[in-house]
Amino acid sequence: MRYSGLRVIREGLRGQKSWTRAWRDPAPKAQYDMIIIGGGGHGLATAYYLAKNHGITNIAVLEKGYLGGGNIGRNTTIVRANYLLEGNSQFYSHSLKLWEGLEQDLNYNVMHSQRGIINLFHSDGQRDAFARRGNAMINQGDDAILLDRDELRRMIPYLDYDQTRFPIFGGLYHKRGGTARHDAVAWGYARAADQRGVDLIQNCEVRGIDVHQGRVTGVQTTRGAISAGKIGVVVAGRSSQVAAMAGLRLPIESHVLQAFVTEGLKPAIDHVITYGMGHFYISQSDKGGLVFGGDLDFYASYASRGNLPTAEHVMETGMTLMPMIGQAKMLRSWGGIMDMSSDGSPIIDKSPIEGLYLNCGWCYGGFKAVPGSGYAFAHLMATDQPHQSAERYRLDRFETGRDLMDEEGRGSQHNLH
Amino acid sequence: MRIPCPICGERDSREFRPKGDITYADRPAAEAGAAAWHSYLHLRDNQPGQIVEIWRHTHGCGAWISVTRNTVSHAILGAQLLRDRGQDHAG
Repeated sequence: MRYSGLRVIREGLRGQKSWTRAWRDPAPKAQYDMIIIGGGGHGLATAYYLAKNHGITNIAVLEKGYLGGGNIGRNTTIVRANYLLEGNSQFYSHSLKLWEGLEQDLNYNVMHSQRGIINLFHSDGQRDAFARRGNAMINQGDDAILLDRDELRRMIPYLDYDQTRFPIFGGLYHKRGGTARHDAVAWGYARAADQRGVDLIQNCEVRGIDVHQGRVTGVQTTRGAISAGKIGVVVAGRSSQVAAMAGLRLPIESHVLQAFVTEGLKPAIDHVITYGMGHFYISQSDKGGLVFGGDLDFYASYASRGNLPTAEHVMETGMTLMPMIGQAKMLRSWGGIMDMSSDGSPIIDKSPIEGLYLNCGWCYGGFKAVPGSGYAFAHLMATDQPHQSAERYRLDRFETGRDLMDEEGRGSQHNLH
Repeated sequence: MRIPCPICGERDSREFRPKGDITYADRPAAEAGAAAWHSYLHLRDNQPGQIVEIWRHTHGCGAWISVTRNTVSHAILGAQLLRDRGQDHAG
């Protein structure tokens, strides 16, 4: 069934009786050409682009829970391409271009809203650093505008510009950045992949990866053994757990990142605003809730929830930046399990085991990467060559030290990102 | 989370700073080779459940301690001074 505005009206007039289910619920077959472990955004996008770009449709996506129940359902929905380093810059630029055509491509409303992102700066030195970043973005073909304090004040008058700790000097404005409806991204890719013949298999947990003479041959799951010559692991948060089934150790630690949402309010915040010095960022959802978050809790965790010290810190810095939100009531908070790589950038590469491919290490930036990651990972799995947008995301960069992707300039060591 | 500092007793985790996995306490020899250093700097078991990690009582006595903690429940199961780390806590 093709979705359209006309169909919404027609179904409305006819009692919503003709909608069909968005995707099938097939039982797993004994054999596929390829298996994708992980039915989140990245895994579903990979399956979709394998089918669309490479004509490979004998694929199973294995999901231990329900589709989109992991980090794609637990993030703050920000989409941007404002990276500095060559490698990251080209990848996120490609991903943003895919976002811009995504709704037509998938025939699904993902509510992609290019409302603009503003990164605040608070000193002359930070202004220089942001000017450099903005120039890198423009050189990549993306957009960036350096706003001074007065220009910024006209756009967003409600910030506390004269706070004593981090007075606001201006902001880097990335107009094409914005947000999207996170669940709809997973559902859109799922539906489009299913329509092309991909089997989406839920409640199917992978318990073992079969390796014979250095080659993968299949997986053991809670719904039986499934064989395939190529297997992609796309399970951010749980990457080390699944990799261990094939005897691999990864340069990854799993950490908790918290996020928060208030009760629904009238429109107040028109952009995504990031306040890096205070570890705080915020946007307003279409339902009206203020969606905001901060930094990691900074200890390893698989709990999908954080602790109060970080929650309090986020609230305090939010109040410092925009005192007006102080009367909003917080509705709920949640935590996601972040795949923290030691240099802060992701991995899209072959593993040392033939036929086993890794897509992991997205740290706290996986959502905006969903289209680009699926596109590049599908290319890698289909052709055994890295896609040019992701050729720097090599697994061996940690061991060789060559082309580390240290976007924040902090070093390649756990607990620095 | 409340962490039992071996010197100060049980304190709020806000007084401590996490350093990370206990692997950082087992620095290889300078000539150990690239594989050993790669493993030390980057590779982690990172499995859910009980782990041993390094914290520092930054806003207390300043001691470096090893803490045994469950990463699924956040339960803290014990702590000792890093310098007293015994066989049972080996890397």
